[in-house]
Amino acid sequence: MITLKEALTKSSEELEELKAELEKKAKGSGLNAYVGFESSGEGVPILVKDNIQVKDWSVTSGSKILQGYIAPYEATAIKNLKSKGMMAFGRANMDEFAMGSTTESSFYGVTKNPHGTDRVPGGSSGGSAAAVAGGIAIAALGSDTGGSIRQPAAYCGCVGMKPTYGRVSRFGLAAYASSLDQIGPITQNVEDAAILYDAIKGHDDKDSTSADFEIEDIANNLNPDVKLTIAVIDDHISQADTDIQKAFASTIKALEKAGHTIVHKEMSNTKYDIATYYILATAEAATNLARYDGVRYGTRAESNTTEELFFNTRSEGFGTEVKRRILLGNFVLSSGYYDAYYVKAQKVRHLIRDEFNAIFADADLILSPVAPSVAPKIGANEDPLEMYKSDMYTLGVNLAGLPGISLPVAKNDEGMPIGLQLIAKAFDEKTLFNGAASMEKAVNYTK
Amino acid sequence: MFETVIGLEVHVQLNTKTKLFCSCPTSFAEHQNKNTCPTCLALPGALPVVNREAAVKAMRFGYAINANVNHVSTFDRKSYFYPDSPSAYQITQLTKAIVQKGELFIDLEDGSQKRIGMTQAHLEADAGKNMHEGNHSKVDLNRAGTPLMEIVSEPDMRSSDEAVAYLKKLHSTVRYLDISDANMQEGSFRCDVNVSIRPKGQEAFGTRVEIKNINSFKFVAAAIAYEVQRQTEAYEDGVYEQEVHQETRLWNVAEGVTKSMRGKEEAADYRYFPDPDLRPLVVTDEMIEEAKEIPELPDAKVARYVEELGIKKADALVITALKEMAYYFEEMLKYGAVAKTAVTWLTSELLGRLNKAGLSIETSPVDAKALGILVSKITDGTISGKGAKELLDHMMEHEDRDIDALIDELGLAQVSDDGAILAIIDEILANNQDKVEQYKSGKEKLFGFFVGQTMKASKGSANPAKVNELLKQRLNS
Repeated sequence: MITLKEALTKSSEELEELKAELEKKAKGSGLNAYVGFESSGEGVPILVKDNIQVKDWSVTSGSKILQGYIAPYEATAIKNLKSKGMMAFGRANMDEFAMGSTTESSFYGVTKNPHGTDRVPGGSSGGSAAAVAGGIAIAALGSDTGGSIRQPAAYCGCVGMKPTYGRVSRFGLAAYASSLDQIGPITQNVEDAAILYDAIKGHDDKDSTSADFEIEDIANNLNPDVKLTIAVIDDHISQADTDIQKAFASTIKALEKAGHTIVHKEMSNTKYDIATYYILATAEAATNLARYDGVRYGTRAESNTTEELFFNTRSEGFGTEVKRRILLGNFVLSSGYYDAYYVKAQKVRHLIRDEFNAIFADADLILSPVAPSVAPKIGANEDPLEMYKSDMYTLGVNLAGLPGISLPVAKNDEGMPIGLQLIAKAFDEKTLFNGAASMEKAVNYTK
Repeated sequence: MFETVIGLEVHVQLNTKTKLFCSCPTSFAEHQNKNTCPTCLALPGALPVVNREAAVKAMRFGYAINANVNHVSTFDRKSYFYPDSPSAYQITQLTKAIVQKGELFIDLEDGSQKRIGMTQAHLEADAGKNMHEGNHSKVDLNRAGTPLMEIVSEPDMRSSDEAVAYLKKLHSTVRYLDISDANMQEGSFRCDVNVSIRPKGQEAFGTRVEIKNINSFKFVAAAIAYEVQRQTEAYEDGVYEQEVHQETRLWNVAEGVTKSMRGKEEAADYRYFPDPDLRPLVVTDEMIEEAKEIPELPDAKVARYVEELGIKKADALVITALKEMAYYFEEMLKYGAVAKTAVTWLTSELLGRLNKAGLSIETSPVDAKALGILVSKITDGTISGKGAKELLDHMMEHEDRDIDALIDELGLAQVSDDGAILAIIDEILANNQDKVEQYKSGKEKLFGFFVGQTMKASKGSANPAKVNELLKQRLNS
């Protein structure tokens, strides 16, 4: 598949042909990465995760409860990319309401990993990553609340970038956890990620949490020759599978060879990230998803009373994982438990942010695994707690609001891709992309 | 033997142009669900943005009640499912309200004032409305997201009279500040009453009962009276613990009683937590400056009216109770009305006529300019009080407002010219020589007779003061 950069040079006729070809290939791929082939705007087709609002599209967050809902307005990120020679084309499969790490919880069924169709593509932006890696999308948008862009990118062998919290407007992104969610690019390479990030970023009056800083364009000024200080957290790495540790070690060598300085740092155990994340994200989600009540839109269950309307609609409309997180969220917010869970988790979140900031006092970037293993087999993760644990490397970035980028560095013996992530301090996307461009060159990953 | 303890929570709908968290108009819409957008419909992905005007209006209230206006305040989500609540949570300010710790002075019957402490005033979004028709229900979200300011008082009131006085003062204050229409019938000024009793001398508060759904000052008094009686009887009968619970009761207008809204065991858990979609509301210097533009409030007006205009405090209280009345009064003075006369003509002559016609000061057919000129014409002797009443009656029915022309047209001009009045007097005296003799020999009561005759002969147009003065001159010469 041609890159985004190349596609941006094509004529509108060529792009129309390309679009038709993408649709044909996607339908024949057997990956189930697309859940719709809607088209909006003119330019280079960008695949859109099914939780980002495109006007007049059916946008369902991969859920039964939103079947029949047509978005009457457009997300700011979509408006922005349309003004940069791109268009929205196709809806990407995802875990229901972005809750999951495998894209197995979608109403539309599981998406398959192009590197092994018995494996998950990761999640929750699994459709976006599988399509880009499988050559059936030029580039895609995903959303990352606890790793949902970076982890599927790592599992599928493509690039996934989560911007600093506040860099990309959340207006029009169906909320999972408002204080953690960010829209970001999933692309074939680092430069494309920078191009798509440039296109969607920027302050938005409609999002009160949007950052109001002037920001320079990244893609035009990308410098892969910059020499940086990169921190690694040895304790964290030892918890990953051998494949991942091997890839990590050779990446460090490659980075050193490219002229970067590696420093070794310490951080608290990632078990605190997991606990904190699953309290705060579920608390926010419990209220964010309360609006799906069958009163105004989406599916409505048979009922005789108002209470039944709420109860039946939500019982039938939500899947198991979504229900689990809503219950968990309501529990941690309920009277008598609020201080012990929610308030404490907020405090820990501050400590996690402080730990990152302390490292960035001595380093430009942090290099970390994205996931402790390569993509697991479909159906392998039956225990939700085991699935939550596999998010250990990605959650901290969201809790601290930092930018992170996942890029493929190697494949294991079975040919499954291994991705690692770089993390930068808040709002330093420039260093993040420069480091990623340098690392991409240094590791010389072959698809 | 018992003391009543009352605290009030008042929801005031702020009269902003747009809703609290989106740019939908708050104005009346002809169609249901017309004034809505992705945000107030709680569509997936829509986000709230705080309305600056609402914040400034809440701040203005804060400054008006000598409160702390927090330069940083925060918003919280209050979760509950209800069809008229689109997001199934209300955005409110639980932990750090924009306005905290103020005071309001209420006017008591005996002319004294009492200080009522104000706990806080916070911003929150209103819900929509459910409408039930037969066996189905409809939801109208035009009102959803309209800004409310909830004003919470300290439990400082000790009688229903004090509670009503507080509500009236609050009502007039928010209207003077022009931050709310405060129309109780239309629901833009809603109050919940917290009532408890305790034996006199006891410091600890009794069990607090909240009464909701009261839409007039009259019902506030009635609901408190009922609730105090219910609680007192329970206490005296030794069943206070069993019958008085910390609960919400509704005022039932038809039966004149309060009824339990829900049992204690069903007490709602609202699962409050900070709204992650909103950063703390930080007020700017510009907002502070705007909020501090406060018009003269009732207390200051009363003091000024008494000190500078020399009118009675009781009258000043009546006039200032209603913003429209005070502005009407002040407008009258601009057109030459003397304050004391203006008070009478406004509060008894005009209001009497308006009441009879089922009108109010806001819908008065006679404006302040016309009444002000009319009153000035009484003072300068152009027209008698009687003539002025006739002219006011005329103006209530007709649209012409050229006072001078009307006086001519209706023949109401008062004769103040000495020569004309003397001519009448001389004729009366000449025709009543016997009575003149009797008067001069000491029967001074007859003075009234001469006045009456003179007024009669002038067909009421002679200036009575002049008649008195000239008669005395003639008879005593």
